Amino acid sequence: MNEEIIIAGFGGQGILSMGSILSYSGIIENREVSWMPSYGPEMRGGTANVTVILSSERISSPIINTYDTAILLNQQSLDKFENSVRPGGLLLYDTNGITRHPERTDISIYQVEAAAEAGKMASTKTFNMIVLGAYLKIKPLVKFENVITGLKKTLPERHHHLIPLNEEGLKRGMEIVKEVQLG
Amino acid sequence: MEVKDIIKEENLVFKKTGLLTDKILSYCPGCGHGVAHRIVMEVIEEMGIAEDTIGIAPVGCSVLAYEFMNIDMQQVPHGRAPATATGIKRCWPDKFVFTYQGDGDLAAIGTSETIHACNRGENITIIFINNGIYGMTGGQMAPTTLPGMKSSTTPYGRDVELMGNPIKMTELVAHLPGTYYISRQAVHTPLSVRRAKKAIQKAFETQKQNKGLSFVEIVSNCNSGWKMTPIQANKWMEENMFPFYPLGDIKVDGKIIDK
Amino acid sequence: MGETRLMKGNEAIAEAAIRAGCDAYFGYPITPQSEIIEYLASQEPHKRTGMVLLQAESELGAINMVYGAAGTGKKAMTSSSSPGISLMQEGLSYMAGSELPCLVVNIVRGGPGLGTIQPSQADYFQATKGGGHGDYKLIVLAPASVQEMSDFVPLAFDLAFKYRNPVMILSDGVIGQMMEKVELFDQMPRATEFDQTWVTTGKTADRERNIHSSLDLDPARFEKHNHHLQEKYKKIIENEVRFEKIQCDDADYVLVAYGSSSRICQKTQKLAREKGIKAGLLRPITLFPFPYEEIEKLANHVKGFLAVELSAGQMVEDVELAVGKKTRIEFYGRIGGMIPTPTEILTVLEEKYLGG
Repeated sequence: MNEEIIIAGFGGQGILSMGSILSYSGIIENREVSWMPSYGPEMRGGTANVTVILSSERISSPIINTYDTAILLNQQSLDKFENSVRPGGLLLYDTNGITRHPERTDISIYQVEAAAEAGKMASTKTFNMIVLGAYLKIKPLVKFENVITGLKKTLPERHHHLIPLNEEGLKRGMEIVKEVQLG
Repeated sequence: MEVKDIIKEENLVFKKTGLLTDKILSYCPGCGHGVAHRIVMEVIEEMGIAEDTIGIAPVGCSVLAYEFMNIDMQQVPHGRAPATATGIKRCWPDKFVFTYQGDGDLAAIGTSETIHACNRGENITIIFINNGIYGMTGGQMAPTTLPGMKSSTTPYGRDVELMGNPIKMTELVAHLPGTYYISRQAVHTPLSVRRAKKAIQKAFETQKQNKGLSFVEIVSNCNSGWKMTPIQANKWMEENMFPFYPLGDIKVDGKIIDK
Repeated sequence: MGETRLMKGNEAIAEAAIRAGCDAYFGYPITPQSEIIEYLASQEPHKRTGMVLLQAESELGAINMVYGAAGTGKKAMTSSSSPGISLMQEGLSYMAGSELPCLVVNIVRGGPGLGTIQPSQADYFQATKGGGHGDYKLIVLAPASVQEMSDFVPLAFDLAFKYRNPVMILSDGVIGQMMEKVELFDQMPRATEFDQTWVTTGKTADRERNIHSSLDLDPARFEKHNHHLQEKYKKIIENEVRFEKIQCDDADYVLVAYGSSSRICQKTQKLAREKGIKAGLLRPITLFPFPYEEIEKLANHVKGFLAVELSAGQMVEDVELAVGKKTRIEFYGRIGGMIPTPTEILTVLEEKYLGG
């Protein structure tokens, strides 16, 4: 098993933490993991991305230029990474703010209206969990309960009261994700 | 009378402290370093703290202080003595740590380390020898060189318009909350030596009580660098250095003294 | 089995420092390694183990605080990134000269000058050839994973005290900022009793006084001291070379890379094998001492080497020293904070050795 994922979008969307929750769930299931962020000015707004690799073997390069899965959460990221998805791979995106939609026909494309859905929930911070839920619905690489454990491990103690809400977000994402048929 | 008749216990008027080695001082005849070394070591001996004292030697004339001070010592890069002292003291809060620095070391290249060690209130003692010149490198301008004073890099006298003003580090650090005892002394007369020794003792007592940083400046001469005889140098120091760097306590018990 | 966590390389170094019984950390923030001091601060190490933590006024302050603590026999460390490490060179030269142990972590960023905060391996020369003034060497360890970021901390202290010499962990923003699974070793005690023969903790009646100084105005005596240092470095070369080999035995082409670039090359090596190219990877783990002998041995049977670095070509000079004229050496580097991809390196390998 080897899954190479890029998650990209705006800073503040919870992209890095989505990656770390996924990575932690992988560790719980005895996978090798790597989590490689873009760092620097991106920490202060702008775009952010993280490459997550889950594997049953020792991970070689944490830095790669093609991916099994791209989770793209703004237009710049879609423009930048659509062509980095390997043929047969997966592209998951949120349509919010997107004016040019993905066009590739050799990959699977899914949509999740995460921003819109998060707006309906008690906190918009559930955004990244909705996206993660959508991804795990398409590729159930880790067990749901391990994602919750991963969430507990990565969330500071003072935010643990938000775990039920995040759990709800994960479930909503699983419900609302839909495949896009092109061509 | 022969020498052996004179060397008797009852005739003893002075005994060198065991905390000075027998090595011949490398300082110029007439220089204040020797006396300053002696009184620092006497204080350490009299307080009975030699076994728990670590001294820091700087870069400058006193770079070889460790050859003369008979205690554990560390020689450090130019200006960094207060940082090294901090490193030791933080690991060994019950030990006594002091730096012995000249004006170039403390007030030019090491200004940052000096200010920040003082500001953090490190429980260390800084002995600052100010003779207004770079002795070891051959008499160049120091940060404390007086206006108009000649040196090998100010051969026509220090022009403050061009070279800036001398810096009064002692007054400067007195304003920092981390300093507890600050004094300026001299070692050119028996009276001044007694006063300087008292100040150094107070500095080490401050350290013993964990009150914060103690800092003693000793205004000294450099007859070689000043191109004078020792007597002329001392006279010149009294007439020119002391008005600019007045002697006495500056901060006692954490409070600046009103003058 | 120890505790397994998902950690950044920088955090792993900090946690490992506490667990290794490090006595004191002095440092000054700089990207991309500020997580080290931040993580330490969050852990309140004075409560966990009694470890001293102090944010210094500058890198000059930090390295000289380390110098002081090290002189008293304490396990002291600092960390910084390239511009800050440049400022520490004076202190490191003094520590090498007066033979004091310490750990310095360099999470390298691109230079020269203020450069970039992105990863780089352009401080190789500085780390392995001396760095500051005078004839001296640091022992240099190059971790290639978050696990090694943790494991190399106690190793670094062991080597530092074994040889009374500063040790550098040379890494970069890739390994420092990346999170991976790391199995943490158990808490080691802080040493309360140690070799008192050389420390400056105050001269007691039962021993001669100790002096730490790198100064000697007598050239004959100072030459002797320098010979002593060189003898020590020779011993280090004899005993401490570390490297990893991946599929080198039957290799036609061997990639040579350390740290982050070796991770990228691992993937290149796999991709090459998948394409039927017999590629291997030699990863120096110690950069000083460098695995010259191993590379020389490989030179007897491989058709060529490809040294890959995030620099304009620094380690490749050591590969050249090892190989001599025995076989071909090619170099590929990305500089200024750019990172090559595994396929990019594979293309270079094919172009240089297989005619595209």
